[in-house]
This record gives sequence, C-alpha cells and structure tokens, in this order.
Amino acid sequence: MSRPEFLLDGVAVPFDEGQMILEAGRAAGRYIPHLCWHPDFPPHGSCKLCVVKVAGRHVSACATPARAGAEVESDTPEINAERRMLLQLLFVEGNHFCPACEKSGQCQLQAMAYDLEMTTPRFRHFYPDRPVDASHPEVLLDFNRCIYCELCVRASREQDGKSVFALTGRGIHKHLAVNAESGRLADTDFSADDKAAHICPVGVILKKRVGFAVPIGERTYDRAPLHTVAMPKSEDDA
Amino acid sequence: MSAPPKLRIATVSLAGCFGCHMSLLDIDEHVFDLLQRVELDRSPLTDLKHCGPCDIGLVEGGVCNSENVHVLREFRAQCKTLVALGACAINGGLPAQRNHLDVGRCLSAVFQSRPGMDTAEVPDDPELPLPLDKVHPIHEVVRVDYFLPGCPPSGEAIWQFLSDLLAGRTPRVAYPILHFD
Repeated sequence: MSRPEFLLDGVAVPFDEGQMILEAGRAAGRYIPHLCWHPDFPPHGSCKLCVVKVAGRHVSACATPARAGAEVESDTPEINAERRMLLQLLFVEGNHFCPACEKSGQCQLQAMAYDLEMTTPRFRHFYPDRPVDASHPEVLLDFNRCIYCELCVRASREQDGKSVFALTGRGIHKHLAVNAESGRLADTDFSADDKAAHICPVGVILKKRVGFAVPIGERTYDRAPLHTVAMPKSEDDA
Repeated sequence: MSAPPKLRIATVSLAGCFGCHMSLLDIDEHVFDLLQRVELDRSPLTDLKHCGPCDIGLVEGGVCNSENVHVLREFRAQCKTLVALGACAINGGLPAQRNHLDVGRCLSAVFQSRPGMDTAEVPDDPELPLPLDKVHPIHEVVRVDYFLPGCPPSGEAIWQFLSDLLAGRTPRVAYPILHFD
C-alpha cells in the first residue's frame, strides 16, 4: 500500500502515520526553518520559526502531525515575513553583537537571518544587562545571546542526566539559569564532553580557547547556507 | 545625447569608526564609475559641514550624542533615500556595548579615576555634544529606507547595493554578501 501524502508548497510529501510535518518534509528533502527543533529530541514548539499555514491556520510544523491531503504553505512571502519578524524580536530581545561573537558564521540564528534576508532588527532594542559566566575552566557562558530554545536544558536533563540548566522567570524576565547554589557553572558537574556543551544553536555555550580555530570566512555558514546545512546528509540521518 | 544628471550622495559617520567609509573606498576602480554617476555632497571626503538636498544619504554609525541626533535629522530631511550602512547604524554595534553601563560612571571612570589624567574632571566645554544615556541604532531616531549590514559591509556588497540603487532597482542584500560581522 502506498504511503499517505500531503502537499508542501504544492509538492507531494509522503509521511508515516504520526509523523510531524517538519520531519516528513525533511525526510522528503524539503527544508522547513527551525531553531528549537533538533532531530535527537521531541518537538519543543517554542521558537515558532517552523510556522506553516495549514487550512488557514498558522501552526508549528515540528509539533503538528501530517494529515493525508493537507495543503501546507511554508516557503511563501507571507510565512517568511512572519518568520523574519520572529527573528527580529529575538535579535532585539538579547544582545546579538555578531562582530564580537566567536560563534559568528557557525550560529543558526545568524544563518537563518541570512536565509530570510533580515537586514534590520526593525524594533527597539532592549539592551538587557546579562553578565557572562566564565567560572568554568573549559566552557564560557554568554547569556547575552540566549534565545530560550531549551536545547541545553533538554540535553543536560535527558541525555547527560545532570540537569545543569533551566529556564527561570516568566515573560520578559525569563532567563537561562545554572542549577547550582551559587548560580555558577563551575559549581556544577558540567563537563565540556556533555551533549549540552555542543548543542547551543547560538553563542551562549562556548568551549574556551578554540573560538577562532576556524577563521571567519571559512565557517559552516560561510560555505553553505543554513537551508542546505540543516538537512540530513543521507536518508539514514532523517 | 547629454549624460543624465548626476545623483547627489551625502555620507556621514556618526558613532562609527569610519570602517564603512573605508569599505566604500574599497570598491577599487568602481570609484571611477561611481563618480561619473554621482556628485558628493556632505561627506568626510568633501569636508562640507552641512547637507544640501540629496538623492541618497549613507549613514555609518549609531547615535551616541546630541550632535549625532541633529546630523541624522538633517540627513533625513535632505535625503530622499536614507541608508543605514553597517552594523553600528543598524543595531548600535560596538559603541552600544556601553548600554548596560551608567554613562556618568563611564565618564568618571575614564576622566576622573584613570591614572595619568591630570585634570581629573569630566570635560564640560559647551562645544562638546552631550552623550546620550544609551547608544541607539539610527532607525530608532528617524525613518530609514534601506539597511546594508556588515562590520563593515564588503566593498563588493556596497558596490552591488549602490549599483542597484543608482539604476533605480530595489537593492537586495542576500546570501552570500549578507553578513552581520
């Protein structure tokens, strides 16, 4: 029996029952932008960059199951404009000063802004005061760049079994916190070998002393755009 | 047939480092093409002190003091198309890294408690423009038509952008010339 299909921007995409729109699209070689979604974790649905339009509704593609015959709009001016606005809100909410960031060129937030041709943050900047935590001997935390995707929280809790990170506070006061009495990373059992140390899509969790080992101009997204890099390398990775 | 009238361009560096202007000069031999099609009004290259009616205004740097506000408003009033050129004009850039500090404490740290400063006073000459409490991107002060990111934008990006603008096309800044660093 042939697999059920839905239409993604007019192209038929087959899916397995229970599969989410983003995953099914990805398996069929169709990229849908995402920041908080990661293939190793269940959908989180917080960044909303994977927004798509299904039957007139704007839904998160990472957390919406595919339905046979559904018409899904993703790469359209309307939806991309909405994504660009979400990016602009993320940019003004933190301190995203790319010229001084070690992650520049390897940062998914920046690469997505390039992909969606975001040339201005458009809104009024918050310029929040978020001191860095350099206490750990091997890893630096620069909270200025946090986008609250919770990937480090999830990786530390579910894969490393350490629960080093958490999001705390509500609304505009929400921030990333370190699970130690002192609030310092040095006072946890966090290690540079943890999954959580390598999963940050932006420049919050940085390994010390290797920041510029790969020069600017030769980095991941200098070589290829995000919509190419983010796709699985082979069928098996999907 | 006579040549079309030249477009007038004004440029300025507010709270910037002149890096974007250096990058503008970095368009190499295209400078000749550019000068055949444009005439410079106020600019560090002409040293004119005020801006007349212009077609295009290129603004480098953010807004960090009262003079920047006046100059930026003059540019907005005189230029049909205003362009934010480079990271500082777009998001405040390096000067905006002082935004989480108190400006009074910054001034006293630099002028009053730094070793080797004889006067030990914050300069208050009336000719000096007052610093703002925060550094702002220019779009927070005036309406901006186009944004060309980069620290600085490459000569290639600037030339492509200006070529579009001079030809009457909507400039498009996309991969691979779109950079925030």
